[in-house]
Amino acid sequence: MNPGGVLLEVKHLRTCFWSAEGEGQAVDDVSFTIQVGEVLGMVGESGCGKSVTSLSIMRLIPEPPGKIAGGEILFDGRDLLRLSAEEMRRVRGRQISMIFQEPMTSLNPVFTVGYQIMEGYMLHTGATRGQALDRALELMKLVGIPSPERRVDDYPHQFSGGMRQRIMIAMALSCDPRLVIADEPTTALDVTIQAQILELMNRLRTQLGMAILLITHDLAVIAETAHRVVVMYAGKIVEEAAVEDLFHSPLHPYTQGLMGSIPRLVRRGDRLVSIDGMVPSPFRLPAGCRFFNRCKRRMERCERSMPPFFEVPPGSGHRAACFLHEGAAT
Amino acid sequence: MSDQRPVILEVENLTKHFPIHGGLLGRQVGAVRAVDGVSFTLAEGDTLGLVGETGCGKSTVGRTILRLYEPTSGRVIYRGTNLFDLSAGEMRSMRRELQMIFQDPYASLNPRMTAGEIIEEPMIIHSLGSRSVRTEKVLELVGEVGLAPDHLDRYPHEFSGGQRQRIGIARALAVEPRLIVADEPVSALDVSIQAQVINLLSDLKKSRRLTYIFIAHDLSVVEHVSDRVAVMYLGRIVELASSEELYGNPLHPYTKALLAAVPVPDPRVRPERTLLRGEVPSPLDPTSGCVFASRCPIAQGDCATTPPRLEEALPGHQVACRYLQLSRERMPFVRRG
Repeated sequence: MNPGGVLLEVKHLRTCFWSAEGEGQAVDDVSFTIQVGEVLGMVGESGCGKSVTSLSIMRLIPEPPGKIAGGEILFDGRDLLRLSAEEMRRVRGRQISMIFQEPMTSLNPVFTVGYQIMEGYMLHTGATRGQALDRALELMKLVGIPSPERRVDDYPHQFSGGMRQRIMIAMALSCDPRLVIADEPTTALDVTIQAQILELMNRLRTQLGMAILLITHDLAVIAETAHRVVVMYAGKIVEEAAVEDLFHSPLHPYTQGLMGSIPRLVRRGDRLVSIDGMVPSPFRLPAGCRFFNRCKRRMERCERSMPPFFEVPPGSGHRAACFLHEGAAT
Repeated sequence: MSDQRPVILEVENLTKHFPIHGGLLGRQVGAVRAVDGVSFTLAEGDTLGLVGETGCGKSTVGRTILRLYEPTSGRVIYRGTNLFDLSAGEMRSMRRELQMIFQDPYASLNPRMTAGEIIEEPMIIHSLGSRSVRTEKVLELVGEVGLAPDHLDRYPHEFSGGQRQRIGIARALAVEPRLIVADEPVSALDVSIQAQVINLLSDLKKSRRLTYIFIAHDLSVVEHVSDRVAVMYLGRIVELASSEELYGNPLHPYTKALLAAVPVPDPRVRPERTLLRGEVPSPLDPTSGCVFASRCPIAQGDCATTPPRLEEALPGHQVACRYLQLSRERMPFVRRG
């Protein structure tokens, strides 16, 4: 892996949703970058804003009730938020593509898998049906579907969950994208199938050189796949680090709590470090640190003021939004 | 340690086949062999973990033991009584001692009842206590599972997933059971909430001296909570041992492959792993031999035809494989992380 240059730069992204309860901040002032060829892991629990972040990058936020309220998303230097709908369509699926969690609901049940792989390819490259069919067969082989010639005219329900996820990956790769956003790509799969899919994604990344934004709630999947990690909580990034640094010296109390919640890292029979309480509602966010009510190391000031990022040690690229590290960062 | 304690449950040759009907006359044309000859014993106060991938039959074992499904054959001896001999009425009163916690706290709570009514209902069904006694009991239970008294008047949709699971646990505890079958009790929850519920279940086990059958697909969670663990594949137990032994010294090729597939939460360890090829075959076309033969990396010619028996390979460590020596040589197991 040899990352070279910034591929995607998200700056101060804010995305909100309207509901009967008022305006909810799903993503609030989120900034991060992805290098060419890099795997960036994005981890967090339900409702932390990780999927909304990815849908914002793809400009797939339904408006209304949602709205990208501010920020920039620079892809190859171009701000995706300023593109027309037509221009964005040419980016989506071609330069940035997406793999979703549930392949049964994201594949169309009434079209053959071959057609679904071909469709995007023909649309984006103007290829003929024959060329697209060749491409579909090539991709099915690449993602490890046995005897593609026989399976290309089958429908999604004729495949198992693992095979469907391979089809999704083939679709995502059809136009040689530079960035693939994988949103919980293995969450619905059994562990032996998950291992197969992760291995496939790693192999394809080395082979094809695309960057991956890997979104998951599973820290172990992150540990095995990502180069760098951002941890999200209640719509904000709370920590960012190279994967080794994050696992060896997590800085933010939330990240530390998450690590303590993994049974594998705790001796059998010992109590898990649970994080008491719940994530705050996006409609009733606290004024200060969003983790305040659940934090075991909270201080008085955390309730009122939002902690900025502190880099520990300075220059390391390991930053956490927590006042505990104020001293170490200067 | 489990040796000295009395056996609370003995499962012998438990089998559950679901019939498949087809054709014009709706005759039975086949059967899904969900559970096929499962046997184990459970000592009082122990937690037995049942693990395996989707469709291995682990949930069916739990449900058939409690007769939520009627068994095809086999015996389940609970404290001297074969549950399968009981009439429906007798079984109903027996369920006071045998309770269940479900995976999906969204689907297993009646949306039209308040949390208080949900927790009280089992006591009404089993005619336990007067109204005031029950009300007091509900208050006690709510505190025990970590909810507040003012939660009692709320409806399920007003709770988070973790809180709903706490309501489900309080409901199960209301009749003071001895044995609880917990079917994927934390799989639907976020990891920090999952830890809260796991801690709650272990606290309750100690304070109420409960016995659990803990069914889950997450190997790390099962290791953490279980005294003994049974690994299932296509309706059979392929290996059964103490938690330390099973995770430290797995013998069956499937258990080894399964453990090796679990991602390790440590970036220094990026393991090379033997990936299992293919996927679990259909439980519709059963093999006469070993259920794992079609995917086994060390399968021999006769594995597909001669079934292995679940036998003790080491003291307290049962395994169903006829080629253990080969498994040791060709699939050495190194624990990671």
